[in-house]
Amino acid sequence: MNSKVADRIATGVFVTIAFIIVAILAALFSFILFRGVPQISWEFLTTPSSSVRAGGGIRDQLFNSFYILFITMLITVPLGVCGGIYMAEYAKPGKVTNFIRSCIEMLASLPSIVVGMFGLLIFVNTTGWGYTIIGGALALTIFNIPVMVRVSEDAIRSVPAEMKEASLALGITHWHTIKTVLIPSAFPGILTGAILASGRVFGEAAALLFTAGLSTPRLDYLDLNPFSETSPLNIFRPAETLAVHIWAVNTNGIMPDIREIANGSSAVLVLAVLIFNLLARWLGSVVHKKITASK
Amino acid sequence: MENKAALSAGERLIKSKQNRSLGELRGKILVTLCALIMITATVAVTIFLTVKGLQSFLVNHVSPIEFLTSTNWNPLADQPSYGALPFIFGSLAVTFLSALIAAPLGIGGAIFMTEIAPSWGRKVLQPVIELLVGIPSVVYGFIGLTVLVPFIREHGAGTGFSILAGTIVLSIMILPTITTIATDAMGALPSSLREGSLALGATRWQTIRKVLLPAALPSLLTAVVLGMARAFGEALAVQMVIGNVRNLPASLLDPSATLTTIITLNMGHTTYGSVENNTLWSMGLILLIISFIFILIVRYLSSRRKI
Repeated sequence: MNSKVADRIATGVFVTIAFIIVAILAALFSFILFRGVPQISWEFLTTPSSSVRAGGGIRDQLFNSFYILFITMLITVPLGVCGGIYMAEYAKPGKVTNFIRSCIEMLASLPSIVVGMFGLLIFVNTTGWGYTIIGGALALTIFNIPVMVRVSEDAIRSVPAEMKEASLALGITHWHTIKTVLIPSAFPGILTGAILASGRVFGEAAALLFTAGLSTPRLDYLDLNPFSETSPLNIFRPAETLAVHIWAVNTNGIMPDIREIANGSSAVLVLAVLIFNLLARWLGSVVHKKITASK
Repeated sequence: MENKAALSAGERLIKSKQNRSLGELRGKILVTLCALIMITATVAVTIFLTVKGLQSFLVNHVSPIEFLTSTNWNPLADQPSYGALPFIFGSLAVTFLSALIAAPLGIGGAIFMTEIAPSWGRKVLQPVIELLVGIPSVVYGFIGLTVLVPFIREHGAGTGFSILAGTIVLSIMILPTITTIATDAMGALPSSLREGSLALGATRWQTIRKVLLPAALPSLLTAVVLGMARAFGEALAVQMVIGNVRNLPASLLDPSATLTTIITLNMGHTTYGSVENNTLWSMGLILLIISFIFILIVRYLSSRRKI
């Protein structure tokens, strides 16, 4: 029968496609890890990078990546969760809500380089800060907020309606219900989403290229005064992140060991994102078990 | 005594009610403010980039028609010319070509996960897709640079930096976007559709082709358009493998440049406020406009979604 043969062929094609996708991932990961992991050593992680000589590490870039991530999440999470609460609980269907939804959609699909250009225009040139960590973090906030809002909205919406109704029926006000019933139940979902978003932010480079810059000043890790020029905690200093470093080394690096640095940095970056992913799943399920008492 | 206790209880109740309603108002203001911030951000991005992007036409009197149609990009010549057509062409070329590769793979993967092997296929492919999303774009670019470019150089022609390399890197990058949305779309189809078709004696492939794909078509197109939007806006990964020349490419193996790669490369070298710098902002404006167009297409498609 013709249709039976066609059915078999189609099944074969779909299985092949699935196989190709898995093979692509396996090839990418084994390539990055086999080439990169041997480069990672304590020394590689703890020496500052060198722009001309071989043997530079990624200490400052690694710190900058985490620091920018931390500041970004400090701004994004409260804003995103509040935005999510608004969209899930207060937004009435209508023109205004539609407009907000369009705004979120547009922010979500803005190319990251456009966000970077906007950051360059506002946080670098208009404010006169120059390339700064805070400028980079604000640009990443623009880039990250739509994700956070969507995650929080979904998490809040997926809380069973009975829980909310029971709380309201007991005479608890709406905001109090949100604070004491909805947010705690939605917490695992929001946490998972936030960690996944962190992974995205950690690997982002194009938006940071124009806002946090391509250089890091000489840092003194014992100087914890956030207003000092050499302090790593100063948010008004330029900072090259790990992802930007990989790009910069590959496109205009002049040190002799470009390949080794790029291999090692890529492996660190991918491992970090991988850890974020696993952490998100694990923490999400642990917290979920803990507060919902379900098995 | 009794009366007094009741009174104070009543007072307490009234007081707590006042506190509550105050908190209620404060909460509402707080979350509404956050919604307003999102509107402000979107509007600000649009307005500031539009104003800045129009400067090269309004202040520097670069002809918009020349900008959009000339293939001659030479801002440093005595008679500078600003033709961005090769970059616009490059952007559109890699976008469509990568969609051409990634769409069948992504939709095929989605069909595999929802129709062929829903139980274990999903268990294997879902994490794979999530991990593919997680790999940062610079890493894709780096692998393209160290593997793909030398491979094309040895087996094809030229330096290896080519539209082809850019297309392959981008198609892998947008594959997870397309697969995820397509899987959601196929999974959301009511199972009565499947069962009805199968009950009539149709094979699985006939069901997929004649019933499920047409039903999910608007959502599948949405998936492809969102993937294209991502490919169009991607900057660093493409920049590392495409070669960045200002000529129109004649074949797939020729180097080229896209709007994003030219902006990435030149933004740091040009003086802020110079004509050349301003034309880069105009290219940014084009990027913004085209990503808005992608959204409009998605909105149109989702309004046509019936199931």
